[in-house]
Amino acid sequence: MVPLFYIFAVVAILAGLSVVLQRTPVYSALSLIVVLCALAVVYLLLGAEFLAVVQVIVYAGAIMVLFVLVIMLLNAHREEPTDRSRLARILGAPLLIVFLGEVLYAIWRQFPPEQTAAAPAAGAGPRAIGELLFRNYVLPFEVTSILILVAVLGAVVLAKKQI
Amino acid sequence: MVPLAHILALSVILFTLGVAGFILRRNIITIFMCIELMLNAVNLAFIAFARYLGNLDGQIFVFFVIVVAAAEAAVGLAIIIAVQRNRGSLSIDDMNSMKL
Repeated sequence: MVPLFYIFAVVAILAGLSVVLQRTPVYSALSLIVVLCALAVVYLLLGAEFLAVVQVIVYAGAIMVLFVLVIMLLNAHREEPTDRSRLARILGAPLLIVFLGEVLYAIWRQFPPEQTAAAPAAGAGPRAIGELLFRNYVLPFEVTSILILVAVLGAVVLAKKQI
Repeated sequence: MVPLAHILALSVILFTLGVAGFILRRNIITIFMCIELMLNAVNLAFIAFARYLGNLDGQIFVFFVIVVAAAEAAVGLAIIIAVQRNRGSLSIDDMNSMKL
């Protein structure tokens, strides 16, 4: 179980690198699907079975299909590097490395890797999630439905011929 | 069990990759995918904490993040299509009419 985590962590990082480095959007999208599936396996190892399934069905299945559809529809081809992207590379890359090192240092200090004790796994099946969702989080759930309604209306308005 | 620090490290690395793509890429669709990558990195941190604290509230948060990401993808891609229709380009360098 532990080696499986590291294997899929490496897969996720490599595919994430590919998302960032590919110049063709379709390749980025396909790499992102690999990241999402690798993360679904990690969720499974962490005892979040329901979310692993939701990740594959909703994220990799629905959202990424939407992305690939739009890429195909707009015929997005290779992007050309510009002056601004060169500026971002010179200024952004060192700052990002500083950010990464800083956060990793904070994590290592706060949660030393030698300490592996976890609380006993809470049952995370659909039943437990549903009970929590409809008992303690009913209001956020209802607000989410309004959010989706607004998103649908927004998409319909934006899809009109003239904006 | 995998140490919590290693899971959080994976989460931070994926988040940094998302930020890197956000500032390095010029194609608006790729930038949008990098946002999804960052959202997934945060989801992983939520699930790791939920596992190590032994309660499910973190998983409920991930649930909401996935819903918000779906709504965001629908609206964002509609905006991208509208922009492409009006400007004929997907490069963010061409979208500068709100700049001073």
